[in-house]
This record gives sequence, C-alpha cells and structure tokens, in this order.
Amino acid sequence: MKLNMLYFARLRERFGVAEESVELAGTTVMDLVAQLQARGGVWAEELAAGRSFRVAVNQEIVAPEAALTDNAEIAIFPPVTGG
Amino acid sequence: MKIVVQAEVFDLGAEVNAMRQGRTDIGAVASFVGLARDMNEGSGVQAMTLEHYPGMTEKALAALIDEANVRWTLLDVTVIHRVGRLLPGDSIVLVAVASSHRGEAFAACEFIMDALKTRAPFWKKEETAEGERWVDARASDDTAVARWAK
Repeated sequence: MKLNMLYFARLRERFGVAEESVELAGTTVMDLVAQLQARGGVWAEELAAGRSFRVAVNQEIVAPEAALTDNAEIAIFPPVTGG
Repeated sequence: MKIVVQAEVFDLGAEVNAMRQGRTDIGAVASFVGLARDMNEGSGVQAMTLEHYPGMTEKALAALIDEANVRWTLLDVTVIHRVGRLLPGDSIVLVAVASSHRGEAFAACEFIMDALKTRAPFWKKEETAEGERWVDARASDDTAVARWAK
C-alpha cells in the first residue's frame, strides 16, 4: 500500500526529509517502522527499539500494532514539548 | 469553545471578556498563561521556535477539551497556542475555562494544560549560546497528566 509520510521537529532534521511517499509491503505500524529502519543510517538509529518516538495515523497517535490503510497520512515525531 | 494556533500575541483580558460577553450564567473563569523563560536545563535561552503539526494540533486540542467537558460541567473553553519564534518573556499558551463554580474551572484548566503538554503536537527548539537544541520531553509532564487518570 501507498502511505503519505510526514516527519516533524528533531526527526525531520535528522532524516533530512519533511514528507515523502512510501510503498509498504506489510500492514501495521510495526511493519512500517521495520521497513524504515532497514534504510540504515539515521533511520536505523532514530527508530531503534528503546528510542522515543510517536506515530500518528490520520492525525491520531496509535500503538505499534495498529493496522494501516492505503493512502493513510502517517506522521512520525518525537514526544511533544509544547505548552 | 475556541481553539486557535497563531503566531501573533494574545490578550488574556480580551479573551476572558469575549467568554463573558452577554452571559450571566458564568460564576468563575480560571485561566493559565504559559511564558517563555530565559533559562532551561541550566543554560540561558535567547529565543525559541515552536513547530506544530497543522491539522492534528487542532484535533488533539479539541479531543482533550471534549474530555474535560465529560469530566466537568463547563460553560466555555478557550485555548490559544502560539507558534514560530518567541523570545524570553513572550506568552506561549493560554487556557481559559468558564464554569458556574470555581472548583470545576480550576480543575478543568489544570487538566487541559497537563493533557496539552503530553498530547498536543508542538515541539520547542531553543537557541542558546552553545547553539540550537530541541527540547526533550519531561518525565514530570507524564507524571502530571497521570494524576488525572481515572
């Protein structure tokens, strides 16, 4: 399926990309994170197990087990620090 | 209910007056204003830039105000959060809650602020003498919001 990816804040700067289209072979958030980790470099480093990041699907934060749908808007970002 | 994300400064008095305008059922308005400090993590902060996730930010703020409305009987809520570059002393966020009685207004104002700190997609980047740095999320913010778990 095709996913519309967005990256914010520190992760946007580390990855060097604000948005991109990704073709996912799997079906869940975990599958997506694994596929991005497999790019190596900063992707493997920032998305490694134990690192703190959030994933939102269609603008709602979800758990790693969440299922994805074609053309979903997926955002990956650090824990929030507003207020 | 009013939710605004803006670069411009806001006026607490004007916002509270707007909530009260033409109403006589409001017995209490509790408000909170968060400000940019000149010090964080032991070093001086010269400025900060606030980034957010347009679309999700407004949805997340609406969701936590909905939760506050379930827990307390509220008459009106205003949340304004600024984005862009801010200097020490600048206002960052305003939460104002109107209710019939002070207890509900105080509690809901604190709940909304605690929930905002951990759930609304804003990020701060500070400018210091040593360069720029992204602010890390604080464990104390998780502790603060956990107090409200039923």
